[in-house]
Amino acid sequence: MVMLALALVLTACGGSPSTSIKIIGSNTVTPLSSVWAEEFMSQNPQVSISVSGPGSGVGIAALIDGTTDICQASRVIKQSEIDQAETNGVDPHEIQVASDGLSVVVHPSNPVSELTIAQLSAIYTDQITNWEEVGGNDAPIVALSRDTNSGTHVFFKEHVVQMLGLPTEEKSLEYGPSVLFLPSTQEGIDEVAQNPNAIFYPGLGYVTEEVKPVAIKRTASDPGVLPSAETVLDGTYPISRPLLYYTDGEPTGVIKSFIDYCLSSEGQEKVSDVGHVPLG
Amino acid sequence: MLRQRVDDATAGASLERRLRRRWRLREKLIESWVFLAGILTIVILLGIIALLLREGLPAFSYTPPWEFFFGTKWYPVSEPPTFGITSFFVATLWVTLVATAISVPIGVACAAYLAEVAPAKVRETVKPIIEILAGIPSVVMGFIGLMLLSPLVQSAFDLNTGLCGLSAGIMLSLMSLPIIISVSEDALRAVPDDFREASYALGATKWETIRHVCIPGALSGITAAVMLGVGRAIGETMTVLMVAGGALAVPISPTNPMMPMTAAIASGIGNAVRGGLQYQALFAIGLILFVLTLAVNLIADRVLERQKRKFAR
Repeated sequence: MVMLALALVLTACGGSPSTSIKIIGSNTVTPLSSVWAEEFMSQNPQVSISVSGPGSGVGIAALIDGTTDICQASRVIKQSEIDQAETNGVDPHEIQVASDGLSVVVHPSNPVSELTIAQLSAIYTDQITNWEEVGGNDAPIVALSRDTNSGTHVFFKEHVVQMLGLPTEEKSLEYGPSVLFLPSTQEGIDEVAQNPNAIFYPGLGYVTEEVKPVAIKRTASDPGVLPSAETVLDGTYPISRPLLYYTDGEPTGVIKSFIDYCLSSEGQEKVSDVGHVPLG
Repeated sequence: MLRQRVDDATAGASLERRLRRRWRLREKLIESWVFLAGILTIVILLGIIALLLREGLPAFSYTPPWEFFFGTKWYPVSEPPTFGITSFFVATLWVTLVATAISVPIGVACAAYLAEVAPAKVRETVKPIIEILAGIPSVVMGFIGLMLLSPLVQSAFDLNTGLCGLSAGIMLSLMSLPIIISVSEDALRAVPDDFREASYALGATKWETIRHVCIPGALSGITAAVMLGVGRAIGETMTVLMVAGGALAVPISPTNPMMPMTAAIASGIGNAVRGGLQYQALFAIGLILFVLTLAVNLIADRVLERQKRKFAR
């Protein structure tokens, strides 16, 4: 009996994970990384992968400090961060693992179903403060945003608030003072689900039945496009971005086999399950 | 036989001496260990102060202190960044004010009940329960505020959103209540019974005794309790980060969404490039917060000391 127990313990030790991979970074990429990690771990029981999503900036900082193996990011690394990495002897290596559309969501009872980028910019800079001005009810707008830890915060600011790439592009625009900055994407979804006046911009993967996505028009004369895998992939949806992994130099060993799995057709199938857009 | 006894006595004395020597050695060891432990906390505290000063002070060379304190624009990730913390400071004041306004009357009344009115059995059951309240993690408080309180506050005050300073203040008041109750109750119980008996002998009722004898007698202790509660409210982070709303406008009423100083640090530090301007500015906020809570705690300490002296006989 004792021998049996001992044997069990020994085999349990033998089967326990011997290598571990740490993934830190974007809140947006977390659900996707978690699915990949679970799948990869069930195929390779000797590997354990931990995923956490405090924000792209935190992930990049962890990569620079050498406290993570992979940094997941929803924005491109900044030059200042590359410089800092180099002084620490870290060489950030960028790998695109999927694409994402930023959906703009409102409460299901909100009659507004289309917004232009310029209108969104005006809402998020406090120039439009009532839903009536964009064809809705006479009610104040509660604009929700992620806080500055988030890659989504920076991406939305550049591409929507400052209207990057549009004729009306204006680099000096900032989020208005009445915009609410929230520490997580889920908190924004929860608030929109219960607040008829709220508007928020979660990644596609976070959109649930409780909130209503709004069709986005690049300019007033363009058609409104709803966010979906197809519209992000064919480029008609205006607010889309790459989801990235950063490693220190070219990935090697078990990290490489994990990333290879993510990029394989099997891994990319999971991307659409989570609500993001697979690489074309 | 006599000789034998003398021998025994000397043997006993030498054994005693040996024991005493060992005892003294042990005493020395324990003493130095306790001394080191005491010094360690001071070293850590000095280290924290040094770190805050080293990382935070350079912020004032980019933004002059005047603009830093009274600027209303906080755009840390823009080019060039702007740092002004008025809105954070005002938000901290609002949230703390709401928390204090709610927790002090309830807390002191509860302490008076426990110390003066409640039978011993009730007090012995209720006090541990109140102390459990102090042990609830702040993230759980934040979650409760987010899910239960903020929709209630929104409909009760007809607001645009329930994520505001008021909701955060209410949650914070729940968190500082246990401290206020526990310390005020101790202060009330430290008031000597002679005072109460004298009051009753003069024909005062129980309420009059509590109102005019016990509470004034314990006033310095109660003040210290309030200061400790305030210190807790100022420094609390997770709950305000989740519930206060996090808007950058200078809040003009507690029902505005707002971002207190602790939330501003927590929501920015992850993205700040180490040693960069935003990093320094956040440390500068930390420095201000540290000075603020230190001042509150020092005042509380001083007042508590006075309370102790008053009844030391």
